[in-house]
Amino acid sequence: MNIAALFNDRHYRWFAWGAVVLVLLALPFITEAVLGRSWVRIIAVSLLFVMLALGLNIVVGFAGLLDLGYIAFFAVGAYSYALLASPQFAVHWPFLLLLPLGAAIAAVFGILLGAPTLRLRGDYLAIVTLGFGEIIRVFLNNLNRPVNITNGPQGITLIDPLQMGGFSLAQTHSFAGLTFSPVHNYYFVFLVCAALTIALSLRLQNSRIGRAWVAIRDDELAASAMGINTRNVKLLAFAMGATFGGVAGGLFASFQGFISPESFQLIDSIMVLCMVVLGGMGNVAGVALGAVLLTALPEALRYIGPLQQRWFGGVLVDPADLRMLLFGLALVLMMLLRPEGLWPVRRRQAGKGNADAG
Amino acid sequence: MPADILLAASGICKHFGGLAALSDVSISVRRGEIFGLIGPNGAGKTTLFNVLTGLTVPDVGKLTFDGRRIEGLKPHAVAGHGIARTFQNIRLFGSMTTLENVMLGRHLRSNTGVLGAVFRTRAAVAEELAITRRARELLDYCGLAARADDLARDLPYGDQRRLEIARALATDPQLLALDEPAAGMNATETAALKALLERIREDGITLLLIEHDMKLVMGLSHSVAVLDYGEKIAEGEPEAVQRNPRVIEAYLGSGFA
Repeated sequence: MNIAALFNDRHYRWFAWGAVVLVLLALPFITEAVLGRSWVRIIAVSLLFVMLALGLNIVVGFAGLLDLGYIAFFAVGAYSYALLASPQFAVHWPFLLLLPLGAAIAAVFGILLGAPTLRLRGDYLAIVTLGFGEIIRVFLNNLNRPVNITNGPQGITLIDPLQMGGFSLAQTHSFAGLTFSPVHNYYFVFLVCAALTIALSLRLQNSRIGRAWVAIRDDELAASAMGINTRNVKLLAFAMGATFGGVAGGLFASFQGFISPESFQLIDSIMVLCMVVLGGMGNVAGVALGAVLLTALPEALRYIGPLQQRWFGGVLVDPADLRMLLFGLALVLMMLLRPEGLWPVRRRQAGKGNADAG
Repeated sequence: MPADILLAASGICKHFGGLAALSDVSISVRRGEIFGLIGPNGAGKTTLFNVLTGLTVPDVGKLTFDGRRIEGLKPHAVAGHGIARTFQNIRLFGSMTTLENVMLGRHLRSNTGVLGAVFRTRAAVAEELAITRRARELLDYCGLAARADDLARDLPYGDQRRLEIARALATDPQLLALDEPAAGMNATETAALKALLERIREDGITLLLIEHDMKLVMGLSHSVAVLDYGEKIAEGEPEAVQRNPRVIEAYLGSGFA
């Protein structure tokens, strides 16, 4: 029985989706029982990366604009939240205000990046966006003198958790016989946000706007001749992508309680890009899958230290080195075996792919 | 034939470095006619097309379309005024389906924004339905209905040419500019194309045609202009142009004039 068919079948659809929802609801509890609480945290973080990767997917996957500085929008969202909900300026605004505000500020930064790069594509654009990402990080690192805004490399501590009235996600709650630790609480918030991000991405993709993005990716000149205002459509892609990153950043800051420029480096931009490319550029489900896998894989590879101990009776290769080596190898293998990503946008229909008429 | 002028280009000059791609070219296309633009390779036909559709900005010259000045406008704005085009080297959106390519052409005549798309407002849903319906009509009109769900890059060559026409028609143009639509087509495909173009004209759309297939262009066009080395050397009815000694010389060499 084909699983995808089950989700499309009119009678079984509700059953299939119900099962998915149940699994996602039970996941943190099962994970905690089997793998321990640290894995609940990893899963929660992977949901943040789903949001990030889907944001970047709008820019890179849909509109075809190669962005190597995407983590900057994550940073802008995180710092917007942290500065206005921490002892840094002794202001504690509510998150319901701060998350949209962070998204809006990130969107403005998206347009600031987009506007000067409208004429650039491909490798040229990649270099400019890379520079943009670094500029943001360097600013965050140095905006502690002469006036201390970001607290420099020390970062911002004691950031407020998500809270409303007396209810805080940073406390342990009991409900229906289940214990919800802070990690569990955040898992569920991130789950809702990631689900919303997926829904938003799908709706945008299947709209007039989504078609315009794909058109400028496929052929910008033809798109403009067909009446697409390429400037506006590109800026919209940058702004929308940044918005997702900004919200994820705010959630990240509240979840961690601490942020510093360390968390927003070039390697993080590259990791998010890897999630998009490896998952299947442009395909929402594939990118979400890529984000979860690439967050979990490096963590899973931490077990190779203890495994060496068990198999060989001693540690032969430094686990930290071996971990990144295996991670790199996994990336290379995946791209060799599935160059269009784990879950490409549209598979060529059987029998038509060979006779390439293009 | 109505005598009013839909598109008038006057005194168009365009230099690329030292090369005069167009020097002082003027043409006028009457509403409702098929206007053929011919000339040897490198004569400047495609450059003139690019100037007319906003892809290339002319150095000097005036462009009037439907009573409005359009020189210097961006391509999307020119399309908005009602000029649609196809490309000599086919430029489809390869990763989109045939249907989606035509739907993209409706972008200009629709206005759902981000909020409409995200919240699926009633207006957005209705507009999306209208876009799909119109796109399917146009696929039918151009004989591509059976190919609606195939990726554009997987279509055979002749279908790709017709898809470019369908996509251009989706923008509701007053003037459809076709850059060598019959290039690479066999005799049967060319005959079908000719029928399609005549039908488009009967439906009230003016056609501007660059074509190398002399039989096709002379059989279809009401007026013809001939470019050679960036200059217009003749303009008029097809029969008169064919007998023009400068045209014969440009095509066959001075010995035949």
